[in-house]
Amino acid sequence: MTGTATLAPALSGLAVKEKVSREDWIMRGILLAIALFLTVSILLPLYFLMSKGFQDKDGTFTGLANFTEFFSTPALFYSIQNSLVITLWTSGIVLILAFTFAYGLTRSCMPFKSLFKGIALVPILMPSLLPAISLVYFFGKQGVITSWLFGYEIYGPIGIVMGEIIYVFPHAMTIMLIAMAMSDARLYEASEALGASKLKTFFTVTLPGMRYGLVSAFFVTFTLVITDFGVPKVLGGKYNVLATDVYKQVVGRQDFEMGAVVSMVLLVPAVLAFFADRLVQRKQVAMLSTRAVPYVPKPSRGFDMAMLGFCGLVGFIILAILGMAFFASFVKFWPYDLTLGLKNYQFDLMDGGGWASYFNSIELASWTAVVGTVMIFIGAYLVEKSNGFQAGRSAMQFLCIMPMAVPGLVLGLAYIFFFNHPDNPLGFLYHTMPILVICTVTHFYTVAHLTAVTALKQMDPEFESVSASLKVPFYKTFRRVTVPVCVPAILDISMYLFVNAMTTVSAVVFLYSPDTTLASVAVLNMDDAGDTAPAAAMGMMIVITAAGVRLIHSLLTRSLARRTQAWRKR
Amino acid sequence: MRSKFLKQLAAITAGGLLVLGLGASGAQAKTDLLVYTAIEADELAKFKKAFEGDYPDVNIKWVRDSTGIMTSKLMAEKNNPKADIVWGLAATSLMKLSNEGYFQGYAPKGIEKLGKLYYDQKNNPPQWVGQRAWIASVCFNTVEAGKYKLPLPTSWADLTKPVYKGHVIMPNPNSSGTGFLDVSSWMQLMGEDNAWKFMDALHVNISRYTHSGSAPCKLAASGEVPVGISFAYRGAKSKSGGAPIEVIAPSEGVGWDLESFAIVKNTKNLAAARMLADWSVSAKAMKIYNEEYAVVAMPGIAKPVKNFPPGILEKMIQNDFAWAAKNQDRILNKWRDKYDAKSDPKK
Repeated sequence: MTGTATLAPALSGLAVKEKVSREDWIMRGILLAIALFLTVSILLPLYFLMSKGFQDKDGTFTGLANFTEFFSTPALFYSIQNSLVITLWTSGIVLILAFTFAYGLTRSCMPFKSLFKGIALVPILMPSLLPAISLVYFFGKQGVITSWLFGYEIYGPIGIVMGEIIYVFPHAMTIMLIAMAMSDARLYEASEALGASKLKTFFTVTLPGMRYGLVSAFFVTFTLVITDFGVPKVLGGKYNVLATDVYKQVVGRQDFEMGAVVSMVLLVPAVLAFFADRLVQRKQVAMLSTRAVPYVPKPSRGFDMAMLGFCGLVGFIILAILGMAFFASFVKFWPYDLTLGLKNYQFDLMDGGGWASYFNSIELASWTAVVGTVMIFIGAYLVEKSNGFQAGRSAMQFLCIMPMAVPGLVLGLAYIFFFNHPDNPLGFLYHTMPILVICTVTHFYTVAHLTAVTALKQMDPEFESVSASLKVPFYKTFRRVTVPVCVPAILDISMYLFVNAMTTVSAVVFLYSPDTTLASVAVLNMDDAGDTAPAAAMGMMIVITAAGVRLIHSLLTRSLARRTQAWRKR
Repeated sequence: MRSKFLKQLAAITAGGLLVLGLGASGAQAKTDLLVYTAIEADELAKFKKAFEGDYPDVNIKWVRDSTGIMTSKLMAEKNNPKADIVWGLAATSLMKLSNEGYFQGYAPKGIEKLGKLYYDQKNNPPQWVGQRAWIASVCFNTVEAGKYKLPLPTSWADLTKPVYKGHVIMPNPNSSGTGFLDVSSWMQLMGEDNAWKFMDALHVNISRYTHSGSAPCKLAASGEVPVGISFAYRGAKSKSGGAPIEVIAPSEGVGWDLESFAIVKNTKNLAAARMLADWSVSAKAMKIYNEEYAVVAMPGIAKPVKNFPPGILEKMIQNDFAWAAKNQDRILNKWRDKYDAKSDPKK
């Protein structure tokens, strides 16, 4: 009796609140399920990683002992220093190149703009190891234009910076393009009317208008480079960086505790850059007012030609890098027998798992695209469109953004600690394809989530209100209205996930098993064993597959757009 | 409408989980034997085919990496071993693991035909059994040597001469078994202090240290670095494949180690592991070993191998495996502190 007595006031208290409908419960249920997934796939592994850094090999707590040992190793300071040097040089050069390239695409009347934009995005289709391998064929001891380095060696900082520039160029360029597209033509008119010179306009209008884009591009480049280990693995030579240190500790010495320590050191700059970037991006959105007029460039022969020349040169270099890898993969025995053949494509005779790796990669990419797209889009939908439950939704929003701050190597290592823990009931997933899918979906969750959110934000909330007032359940609206309207974004997300799952090395390198070897990891292992040409061949298989999927994507987008997007045109 | 949607959703989810689960388990018709190995990747398919031809109920699953990596991996899994049998790993590593109680003894059928030097004499039945020896060699690219005017080195000492500065590449002994047998042989030949002095001088000439033991020869073969410290099989193979290289056995003597096997203590597939062990000491297996390696565990089998350096067998050092196994960790740690951070400008 006492039980009901205490329950009664509580129940009456609830009744006053807005009634939570059955639909809301379903939405919250799904939202919770996805939040639970992210908790298991990122929060808990990270917690295990952090705690591992404070333990010795037998798992007893040792406080800061690992850190003391690590920081007392002189090699560490060189690695940190080297990582920073590489990252700053790369960021500086890439910013200038990407800025100029994007400037040419948006502010000049040069021809072939869409072609150049397409070429600039080509490196996205490669694992970062591939441009590095290609550079060996250009500038290695047996490279075709080695003398252009004036006696400097490609194995070391110069090579790493060159490789990283190609690897991050498309990312920086895309951010610049978006930032430039947002500028307001009225400012330029005002500047011209006031008699300012072109140069002055550039420094007083263009650059300040771009500053958030520049900062954002800097942080993205910084994070990508400091956490990438594909390029330094191939071109590092004796030059150690933090990312290769993690790999050496874990794969080379199986010293997981030290690996955890190095990866925590690696996490610091990545997280800092991430928060700085979020801060800056928030301001960028507020800059553009509704009355802004898009800038339309006027033809100017000299300037257009100069821009064409620059973009042509950059485009040529990117295609040359790809072409060289393609060519080298067919050469029988570089540099002594330049006849062509398919010898390097006999993957079953090399390290890395053979052709099975390639098909495993396709399996992984397909699963990642399907499972990831469904989950990420539904998750974004519920975060954006569900009612009430504010705390839950903000928590979810945070979980969705978090993966971006975690470098792949760190994520992969965290998975070892979490999923290979003897007491983990999810341990059966370890060394299987599903764990690779979970890891890859999580690794690339944020960008896909933000794409979905952007698409959903463009939809008027009235759709939901009207359906609700007509007593149409939310999932019907979701299926009949939301999904068809968002088809382009959904396709973008699935392609993004597919391509990244094909090319990624960093997280999965710690998680593959003899049954689930991957093409991108095979590139790494073959290069490690000195089989450079076969590594290039496997890299080309990845590029060709990713390019094929991109092609299918653009055809699909076009045909689906005709069917579902006609309403966008008047 | 709602129930239909939910049903669809449930079906898709269940289907997805099912397929994911199936992918994880796979078919179980034969006995899967998980074999950890450091044998070169291009030989694995051959061994698998030959063995499974004789024992069709067993399916070999290779996990391959360089010797040092495999050894660390086995060490890391000590409390929960995953492998059924370790096969084709350096005897030095197996001894170290044997001392940790990693293996179970087994005398394969026909072991009495093997030379006494080639299997565990400390335990009876033996815990590890050798298959064949791999021997250090230097790969020397004659085309590139002509370009840089490098003389043909004939001894280890030659490699420390200033003329070779930046032109020598060797495997990192922490990850590569070949790298370690070089270091171990130098210590046994020169004495430890002199060996460190030798390596200090060699370090000046080294362009970089590679992860794998075969990479230096592959890189020498393709002219990336003219002089690669590697092993005879890889050199002979590259030369037969048309690379312009000489394979050299330095005059002071060459290090070597035994590719050996050992059955893991708690294997769930003991019968299959013993089948592989029996097969591995058979004359048939020995003949396959001899296709690429000049020294095998069963006397009277080996025939000379094409493109092996002449006189290399006489130059093989008296290798004290027990000493190497005992001192390995100490030597490797010292090596890492001295040379691994080559970016360190003071060294």
